[in-house]
Amino acid sequence: MITYIIKRILNIIPVLLGITIISFAVVHLAPGRPTDMMLELNPKASQEAQARLEEIFGLDKPLHTQYINWLKNILFMDFGISFVDRRPVINKILERMPITILINLLAILTIFIFSIPIGIKSAVNRGSFFDKSTTVLVFIGFATPSFWLALILMSFFGVRLGWLPVSGMASLDFENFSHLGKFIDLSRHLILPVLVASIGGLAGFSRYMRQSMLGAMHQDYVRTARAKGLPEREVIYRHALRNALLPIVTIMGLSIPGLISGSVILESVFNIPGMGRLIVESVFTRDYNTIMAGLVIGAFLTLAGNLLADIAYFYIDPRIKTE
Amino acid sequence: MKELFRNRLALSGAVIILVLMVMAIAAPFVATHDPTSINIKNALVSPCREHLFGTDMLGRDIFSRIVYAARIALSIGFVAVGIAALIGVFFGSIAGYYGGRLDSIIMRFADIMLCFPAFFLILSVIAIVGPNIFNIMIVIGLTSWMGIARLIRAEILSLKTRDFVSASKALGAGSRFIIMRHLIPNGIAPVLVSFVFGVAGAILTEAGLSFLGLGVQPPNPSWGNIIMEGKAVLGVGWWVILFPGLAILITVLAFNLLGEGLRDALNPRLKR
Repeated sequence: MITYIIKRILNIIPVLLGITIISFAVVHLAPGRPTDMMLELNPKASQEAQARLEEIFGLDKPLHTQYINWLKNILFMDFGISFVDRRPVINKILERMPITILINLLAILTIFIFSIPIGIKSAVNRGSFFDKSTTVLVFIGFATPSFWLALILMSFFGVRLGWLPVSGMASLDFENFSHLGKFIDLSRHLILPVLVASIGGLAGFSRYMRQSMLGAMHQDYVRTARAKGLPEREVIYRHALRNALLPIVTIMGLSIPGLISGSVILESVFNIPGMGRLIVESVFTRDYNTIMAGLVIGAFLTLAGNLLADIAYFYIDPRIKTE
Repeated sequence: MKELFRNRLALSGAVIILVLMVMAIAAPFVATHDPTSINIKNALVSPCREHLFGTDMLGRDIFSRIVYAARIALSIGFVAVGIAALIGVFFGSIAGYYGGRLDSIIMRFADIMLCFPAFFLILSVIAIVGPNIFNIMIVIGLTSWMGIARLIRAEILSLKTRDFVSASKALGAGSRFIIMRHLIPNGIAPVLVSFVFGVAGAILTEAGLSFLGLGVQPPNPSWGNIIMEGKAVLGVGWWVILFPGLAILITVLAFNLLGEGLRDALNPRLKR
């Protein structure tokens, strides 16, 4: 087990290096200088000012030196300072991270709560009306653009019915609320974003769960369990389900990049000050250090997710250990 | 019975795609108005006989804009995934055929590319190279070849040990000939399925980019940027966002249904 984990982590090192090279290249190989944008905002700035700015950000050095310096710094979680407000990039990211993580965790929870029973029921009653209608819904869920769904829900529940707030994280008078009031206010603001964040995953996971469950139900041990005369409930939940849940762990790990990409659009639509919107803001202002930090952190989270999924799989599936 | 249900869905997907393609090509004949002509006096007309899907805040006919936007969506979808397929088949086939160091370098590179949250990577690159239709096609293509490379590599790994390949080698065929004539044609089926799903994904990506303002630039209509513009008038003109969204949904759904049908047809083992 320990050797396996160490091996996996050693394998990750070249990948991490590759991630930093691509993130750096994406931003630096483009035409135009990063400081152009800063000066566009201030037409009076002279050539000297631009040179000085480039010196401050180390942009006057050759590319490979810039890369090495940047790499050395990010080893210590120093992603440089933002071009926009001169604040350390890592601070900006850390203060935006919690809300994005909260929304994604709630979304994952929602996805699990609904998709697992849906998948089981579809698989057990394969070909039934329930199975067919969920299949259709899954296809529709896959094809629905999240930003559009968000706007439709906003216009219905927010504008037309006025039940839920349409954007942001808190009401204007949030500070004056009691603890309970704050909690309720936050929840009301989170309902629609979490719902929209869950839709794609819900479709995907109920599909996977159905496939996985169908696969498990054709296994010998399920036939054996039936032959022993166990009640159907026991067969499904004790024998088939336990095994069907295994691949879901891996898929969970693989879904992290999708969730991060989803946050980018979602937070823009709902005006939520999270990582996703920080990324969009940095892209619009060409805040190179923040873009690079976002790319590296996003890719790193994906890697970490895959590693965790593999370790979890290793841990819960005894068959792997013998191989 | 299940088979019929499946194939009927795939067939309807194909029919919808065909209709969309005809609509896109014949856009000037299908559209009832000029998609970019502004008429403020006619702003935000709700759907009626004259304006089937209503008009937007500048008085432009939404139906006509959606019809013209189909051109952009479909061409971005096909070209972007075409680029991805070319790169993926090239890398995947040489990795699978030659193996060794070349294989591990290429596949490691694919692994690295797969780590990036795709939409974020595309967004960053587009912001830097500038948002226009060609850049969108190229950037989506350059960031989505990895799945196809993996598929074709796996196919070639299993194909290259077959007798017909050995026979061809014995007859003196070169590596290039074997890859192009024997291996790729025999291993292309899963790529085809992946291509169809890829078009659906690329259309969604373009819509998302255009919605954020980093895709097709106004006044050129795109399903995504019509929705972006409609966001400002959400309270007064529901029809501005409703119809382009449905267009995206139906198009993506059609490609997914066709992809699913193709997958079943090409892989009989999957049928239980």
